[in-house]
Amino acid sequence: MAERIRWIRWQRTRAIAAKDLRVELRGRVLLNQVIPFSVLVLVLFGFAVDDDGIAQRVAPGLIWMATLFSLLVMVQRTFAVEAADGALDSLRVAGVDPTVIFWGKAMALAVQLAVLEIVLFAAAIILFAPTLRVSGVALLTATWIVSTAGLALVGTLYGGLTAGIQGRETLLPLLVFPVVAPVLIGATRAVESGLGTTGAAVSEGWPWIGLLTVFGAAFAAGGTLAFGPLIDD
Amino acid sequence: MANAPAGGITPTHDTGTRVTQVFGTLAALGVAWLCAFGLLFSPADRDQRESVRIMYVHVPSAWVAYLAFGVTAVASALYLLRSSHSLTWDRLAGASAEIGVLFMGVTLVTGMLWGRLSWGVFWTWDARLTLTAFLFVTFLGYLAVRRLGGTQHQRAKRSAVLAMLGVLEIPLVHFSVRLWRSLHQDATVARIDGDPDLDGLMLFSLFVGLIAFTLLYVWLVIHRQRALVLEDALDDHGLDAALVERRAEAALQGGGR
Amino acid sequence: MEDAGFVIGSYVVVLGGIAVYAATMISRARRLARRVPDADKPWT
Repeated sequence: MAERIRWIRWQRTRAIAAKDLRVELRGRVLLNQVIPFSVLVLVLFGFAVDDDGIAQRVAPGLIWMATLFSLLVMVQRTFAVEAADGALDSLRVAGVDPTVIFWGKAMALAVQLAVLEIVLFAAAIILFAPTLRVSGVALLTATWIVSTAGLALVGTLYGGLTAGIQGRETLLPLLVFPVVAPVLIGATRAVESGLGTTGAAVSEGWPWIGLLTVFGAAFAAGGTLAFGPLIDD
Repeated sequence: MANAPAGGITPTHDTGTRVTQVFGTLAALGVAWLCAFGLLFSPADRDQRESVRIMYVHVPSAWVAYLAFGVTAVASALYLLRSSHSLTWDRLAGASAEIGVLFMGVTLVTGMLWGRLSWGVFWTWDARLTLTAFLFVTFLGYLAVRRLGGTQHQRAKRSAVLAMLGVLEIPLVHFSVRLWRSLHQDATVARIDGDPDLDGLMLFSLFVGLIAFTLLYVWLVIHRQRALVLEDALDDHGLDAALVERRAEAALQGGGR
Repeated sequence: MEDAGFVIGSYVVVLGGIAVYAATMISRARRLARRVPDADKPWT
């Protein structure tokens, strides 16, 4: 019996994630707006830094800053979509467990974030020319996975809190940015180690992967517990 | 004019009582002592000279800021976990958070002034300062969420959950900043509030400061928490008044047909 | 005292800041208290 319930919940989670991704595929907001925005952020950083050597060294940080700015936009969008038709409330009234909604939306957000980060990484390579090395690929991949998970979880959680009512959306950056500070620090250091931009060795990056994993786990648990109370207004 | 119940003039009470008078007086005395010892009686430091006197307000402020944060966290947990969900805990959490922001802001400013004197820079990315700044911003977010509107219990639940998430983040931020700064070998650059050699009198002055500020904190929290009771009561009265009006309207309409 | 400006300034910022906060908070509380009946004040 418990097995069946678990399966149903998983099906619903997947359904919600699929729904969000379908909305994105139809609207192509990520493709047409968010990705160009994020690349633009990188370009503007290039203007601001105005020094090829420095830009190359800070490229990892710039990638993650651009990601964070885009995260805000994406989170607001994923909840605006619900608010428009009162969909979130309908789901709740229909008896859908809030943790199912949380994980469904977080998964969809993670997929979109993952795509965004690949694009940003490629753009940074082109714009700032940090050197790639084979030894760093495993580390870079691990960073990509763990950071995306952490950011998606935090974004969905705080997005749920700030969604809907006017005057709340502006609160999202103030709440989210302090929380994702560890991800910014850890992911940047890990990418630096992966690329070797500051002379860091690949081995120095793995402790950061550990930290990022703990972060992800903490917000997986925290988000699962907190999302329900936060959206049940 | 004063809210006089039918039957005569009775003085209305504000948020002060004997308890607050006691704490207030003790706190004021403590602060006076602190100024005397901090500015006059305690000696200058061998290395930092007179700038060490800032420590006697900076460290107690930091202590109160962390204390306030702790109280907010515990009160939030008590609101959430106890089945009574008493709003008293929520108001205590809110009051303590506001005072915590005050003391944290003051800690950061004095830290910057001390740093400017000792090391020539207003800011260093040392682990403790960065964590304090982080807590400051988190607290600000918490206070902003408390003002999102809705019922008192909605406010309480939202901010309590947020406080719990904050408690979850603190070690994450702490460790990531620590790991980050250790890469830069900050050990050679002595930190701002890192252990100047304290002789007896200096230690005593610091102690006076800690006591005085803790008393101040208690005094402020009691007042602020009671003020929140008043705000919530007014809200309730406003709601009651609106309901009474509405019913009167409805009765009129019904009678008029 | 050398650096007197910074040192005294710190004390002014700290104690002054606290004083300003306390004054505004308590005077606002007094104004509120006048509008709320004593029955609603659990400390009286």
